[in-house]
Amino acid sequence: MPPESAALARPVSKPADRTAARARAVRNRTLLVQGCRLLVLAAVLGLWEWFARTGVIDPFNFSMPSRIWDQIWTWTAHGTAQGSLGAQIWATLYEALYGWAIGVAAGVLLGIALGRVRFLADVFGPYVKVLNAMPRIVLAPIFLIWFGLGPASKIASAVVLVFFPVFFNAFQGAREVDRNLVANARILGASDRRVTFQVVIPSATSWIFTSLHISFGFALIGAIVGEYIGATEGIGLLVANSQGTLNSAGVYAAMVILAVVALAAEGLLTLVEKRLFRWKPVQPGAER
Amino acid sequence: MTHDTSPAIELRGAGKAFRTPSGALHTAVRELDLTVERGEFVAVVGPTGCGKSTTLTLVSGLEEPTEGEVLVGGEPVRGIGRDVGFVFQQDAVFPWRTVLSNVMAGPRFRGAAKAEARERARDWLARVGLSAFEDRYPHQLSGGQRKRVALAATFVNDPSILLMDEPFSALDVQTRALMSDQLLELWAGTGSSVVFVTHDLEESIALADKVVVMTAGPATVKEVFTIDLPRPRKVEEVRLEPRFVEIYREIWSSLGEEVRITRERGAVHAA
Repeated sequence: MPPESAALARPVSKPADRTAARARAVRNRTLLVQGCRLLVLAAVLGLWEWFARTGVIDPFNFSMPSRIWDQIWTWTAHGTAQGSLGAQIWATLYEALYGWAIGVAAGVLLGIALGRVRFLADVFGPYVKVLNAMPRIVLAPIFLIWFGLGPASKIASAVVLVFFPVFFNAFQGAREVDRNLVANARILGASDRRVTFQVVIPSATSWIFTSLHISFGFALIGAIVGEYIGATEGIGLLVANSQGTLNSAGVYAAMVILAVVALAAEGLLTLVEKRLFRWKPVQPGAER
Repeated sequence: MTHDTSPAIELRGAGKAFRTPSGALHTAVRELDLTVERGEFVAVVGPTGCGKSTTLTLVSGLEEPTEGEVLVGGEPVRGIGRDVGFVFQQDAVFPWRTVLSNVMAGPRFRGAAKAEARERARDWLARVGLSAFEDRYPHQLSGGQRKRVALAATFVNDPSILLMDEPFSALDVQTRALMSDQLLELWAGTGSSVVFVTHDLEESIALADKVVVMTAGPATVKEVFTIDLPRPRKVEEVRLEPRFVEIYREIWSSLGEEVRITRERGAVHAA
């Protein structure tokens, strides 16, 4: 082949080659990352199992992955001492969701109200601070006394845990609305009510959503701790019973189940968020 | 509009002082006397940070004067008037609304039906050349396009008083000239009175019927110059005319001194 034609041919084939090579490199990197993730998991579980079997760590206290898996399997197949596993998950989820919904609604409502109305903020500000300074999880025993062993006491502890982060974010969001946007809306003819609903709330939404992610975790904690202290069903009760019978595998198994539930809820929330924030520019690196 | 002979905007000895966070009283503008006739395009120039923007907020009703009077259409300003449009220096389009929905906001806020608001918004989007972009969100537009959305969103309310606070200062030079021409075109059809605040003397001469020079802060009116350049103007062409250069020189001899005073103060602050 004469050298000129090779020189001519090169720039034509090059771009396509490069695109393909780049795509391949991206694919390879994804595979590598996921492979390494699996490897880390296998190593941790494998070491744990191996240490427990060889007696480096005490399997009675620390249990081991195979026993935890057996426990989950037993609960799934034959149910727990308190009833089927599904019923336990549902009981906890029901309390967490209920408490979360109430906490979020109250937090958003009061946060926006106090963020918009200076007078309310001045009057209630110190009280909110005092309540927030309290370790609210100690209220769980009180709620148990007030509302009994049923779901109400767990919902109440979930509500007090969820309310504050949501409230503070909604409050902050309402306070930090771009003053230009508010001025522009007022010039365009918006009433105070319109400014609240069409400017303040939309711009506070991204703040509120940030808090929704962490607050669902708090709702689960509230429900679990409530159940742990005293209940007739739920995953918290499973933990308490496993602890009572010195069944460490049972405690771990309950943890695994909780983690799966929490991750599923988080995924659902992210999905809703993506639909709601179509107007937002995608930040580079924000997508995982 | 009850008094048909009264000027569009009148400031009589108007002043505005703010309480700073440390408790001191900061005077932004003082003893402002200014008249804007109906259908007149007035540009206000002055050194940076002298309080030009405050003048606009007083006329718009966003702020109240602490001294003197501000009259719009012969009536003292109480709150935000329905006849006022305001184009801000920063982006003030709603990022969560599409382009069309942004332009519809004004009529909707003022109680127009959805269909009517949409029709009027589409009409103005066509005039600013953004019909093809009505479903986009602001972050998907360029700075110049966002400014055009802001112009459409303001003009769609048919304001008889148009206040503009350095609206094009964030744009690059070419986009700026284009936007200035577009503004003149849009304005020519409305007969509204404009107060256009800028620190760019060229821009002010190219656009306005009257250029008001403000003093270094606390600002007051120093001198008023009438611009007798014929309309319609094209901003990039008009600046090459000998009369333009003459006017420029004349106004700069007045404005330059205030700019120097401001700079010297800045130097003192920096030292």
